[in-house]
Amino acid sequence: MSQETVVQKSVGKSVPRKEGHDKVTGAARYVDDMTLPGLIYGATVRSQIPRGVIKTISFDPSIDWTEFAIVTARDIAGKNCIALIGDDQPCLADGRVNHPEEPILLLAHENPNLLRKAISAVAIEYEPLPAIFTIEESEEKSQVIWGADNIFKTFLINKGDVESVWAKADYIVEGEYRTGAQEQLYIENNGMIATFDREHGITVWGSLQCPYYVHKALMALCSLPEDKVRIVQMETGGAFGGKEDYPSMIAAHAALLAMKSERPVKIIYDRMEDMTATTKRHPSRTRHRTAVRKDGKILGGEIEFTIDGGAYATLSSVVLSRGTIHAGGPYEWPNIRIRSKAVATNAPPHGAFRGFGAPQSLFAMERHMDRIAQVVGLSPVEVRRRNFLKPGQSTTTEQVVREEIDLEKLLERALQLSDYANKKARFARENEAGQIKRGVGIAAFLHGAGFTGSGERYLASVVGVEGCVDGTVRLLVSSTEFGQGTNTVLCQIAAEVLELTYENVHIAQPDTAQVPNSGPTVASRTAMVVGNLVRSAALGIKQTLIAGGKLSTPYSAEEFGDACRKYVAEHGQLRSFARYDPPPNVFWDDENYRGEAYAAYAWAVYVAEVAVDLSTYSVTVEDFVALQEVGKVLHPLLAKGQIVGGVAQGIGFALYEKVVWQNGRMQNGQMTNYIMPTSADMPSIRVYFEEMGNVHGAYGAKGIGELPMDGPAPAIVNATVDAVGIEFDFVPLMPEDIFEAVSQTFAPAGER
Amino acid sequence: MNHSSEHGDRCKLSFNVNGKSVEVCVFPMERLLDVLRHELELTGTKEGCGEGECGSCAVLMNGVLVNSCLIPALQAADSNVTTIEGLADGPRLSALQKAFLDCGGAQCGICTPGMILASQQLLDKNPSPGTDEIREALAGNLCRCTGYMQIVEGVAQAARVKS
Repeated sequence: MSQETVVQKSVGKSVPRKEGHDKVTGAARYVDDMTLPGLIYGATVRSQIPRGVIKTISFDPSIDWTEFAIVTARDIAGKNCIALIGDDQPCLADGRVNHPEEPILLLAHENPNLLRKAISAVAIEYEPLPAIFTIEESEEKSQVIWGADNIFKTFLINKGDVESVWAKADYIVEGEYRTGAQEQLYIENNGMIATFDREHGITVWGSLQCPYYVHKALMALCSLPEDKVRIVQMETGGAFGGKEDYPSMIAAHAALLAMKSERPVKIIYDRMEDMTATTKRHPSRTRHRTAVRKDGKILGGEIEFTIDGGAYATLSSVVLSRGTIHAGGPYEWPNIRIRSKAVATNAPPHGAFRGFGAPQSLFAMERHMDRIAQVVGLSPVEVRRRNFLKPGQSTTTEQVVREEIDLEKLLERALQLSDYANKKARFARENEAGQIKRGVGIAAFLHGAGFTGSGERYLASVVGVEGCVDGTVRLLVSSTEFGQGTNTVLCQIAAEVLELTYENVHIAQPDTAQVPNSGPTVASRTAMVVGNLVRSAALGIKQTLIAGGKLSTPYSAEEFGDACRKYVAEHGQLRSFARYDPPPNVFWDDENYRGEAYAAYAWAVYVAEVAVDLSTYSVTVEDFVALQEVGKVLHPLLAKGQIVGGVAQGIGFALYEKVVWQNGRMQNGQMTNYIMPTSADMPSIRVYFEEMGNVHGAYGAKGIGELPMDGPAPAIVNATVDAVGIEFDFVPLMPEDIFEAVSQTFAPAGER
Repeated sequence: MNHSSEHGDRCKLSFNVNGKSVEVCVFPMERLLDVLRHELELTGTKEGCGEGECGSCAVLMNGVLVNSCLIPALQAADSNVTTIEGLADGPRLSALQKAFLDCGGAQCGICTPGMILASQQLLDKNPSPGTDEIREALAGNLCRCTGYMQIVEGVAQAARVKS
């Protein structure tokens, strides 16, 4: 036996991505790469209208329908809903529809070409009802389409005494800001395969983020016990929140067809179905009214934050929650009142998308800071500096900042890295002449990691770590990999704790029959919350072996392997589990939305430089500095990949990605007419990290995934405003918007 | 899903895939993408949009990058097709595959096969491309995860290794 002690430091190193080899060789298995004997294909007949009563469903007699499995709402054994939070979304419309593309009927056949013909041979006759499509129409309540008042959820945050501030204010600054819907546009479309037999129940393999969400939904839908529903995540080709809730719907459809046909059923959406029928980022409207002293200090203010949730409640309440808590940005508000609401419209439900409400309310906050600066006559830099939260002060929910965060230092460094002051001066000179106008813009922001408030306590996530007889270690989590690096980072943490090489640690395929529920893979929680649980469970393995006299420190990999073998020979299995234990003294009041909203925040300052071409009215991002404090960077390469990828989506959100709506249906549901940035559109993103210290996550890591989605849109629009001197308060900001604004601003008076 | 057109009769076609000669019996207008994935079980070639916009299904046909979702099987007859499965030499990754791993060029992995083949075509034509040339050459392949930077770095690294 080797006497050499192997101590490999894994954390903080850019070790190879666990499933990377399979991804670069084409061996990685996504759901559409899988087949089963006797497999048939499933498809969905959807509503063609935004709202109405289904009068008749008729089948074209030229098709032999006996060859098809046909499923309607009547085939559902349990409750006809996709169980999530409020359980209001039907799995299949029963008698009435509330949005375009709402699923009504399912078909399955072994020939996918015949299936396509069959979909158009199902004729549905409706009695249309008046529909509503905007936040304003929903607020008017001329049509009540959900509940008593079209309102899914409201929140109220009250800190200090807002009424007292208006009289003391030197300026009262008002603004209204809007953000559009955004498609997640993962490159792998949604897909599921389901099988059913009486002995094992339902098994589903699919592209998804949250195996246990699907598990819960299918149990309720099919009235099956938990051991008769098994959900397996296949390699997942991007998700970004877009595979958080809707996969439960698709899995439900595949399962219903499998039960009806008694054959394995595969449902793979094509791009248009995926874009038009599944969720998007919530459109939003934010109104600010702020009392400001003449030195730029914010005395207090009111924020009204409203999001369009689409036709069913689904995740809107939690998206609204995160957006509400982030609405005040990284600033100190001595007095503030935030009122927020999620309203219903006759569009497909909007859902999770990286950032989850925060990119919407932070866009407003950061545009508004520039407006305050302009009104007060300070620079955008100075007005932020004078209002930044400091350790010891409290957020809008009165959460005291206990982290050693120094936002002024972060801002100062971002300004230096971006050469902000010189650029400002140079552009002011150069913009005098020529068709290209350049500008620079800042966004300062924060992003809370983990579930909001008491969310993690309710989730009570569990993680398992197994010591195997071959001396390797296997992680048992339902946390999923979809590009962001879950597999790699969690294995790094376990390797570090167990003093093994990274190569000795593996992670099980997420399969509800094999792994405990470590919670959904959302909310920037995996590295911080699940990572910490992996750490505890791995420590449990080590302590078990040491306490049992099978191992003593320091040890080699061989000694660890021998100890595992001996333990398994004696006890049958070596497993250690860890359950989430809320940190002590954490106070959260769900009624009044007050207290410790998040266990930790990531902080950032982004600086964008843009060029606006006044002959094409296009905006090009020429330089982008992304500086953030995310605690310990566990894997520098993956962390940089998260930031650059998030910034790219943020650039799309700001400048390219416009969902064109008509009667509640997306009209540009193709990659040819919904435009995301290509490699030729993207500038080099300059990514920097500060590590200011945090004790929450494993090895001090905080959340990182969503943060980079929050800053780019306001930084870019602030830069555009700086370049052309015209205020824009919405995204996406398209060339036609700039053309119109420039034409109106600079047209001779008579032509306006 | 299979979008193949079933017009006409199935016919025998032979072509060369990754150095091996293959014969398939397919409808002439069936998409090369489906022939590769279903008939030949080469599932490394992915479908992203089905309309030639995203490049996930890109393969090399006679050394030219094509979107296999737009190529009828008939057109592939007698050609040499290279898919992602044909790049590694047994367990030895190609320079590009290795560089994509080292530089973080693969995140979710769904665009990766097409992206690597597009990069391969670039390096075949231009062994030491500049950053702008790489960005331009990959503009027909969409990636939603990476923001492209680590892909561009991977291609530049592979070019350095090769030259």
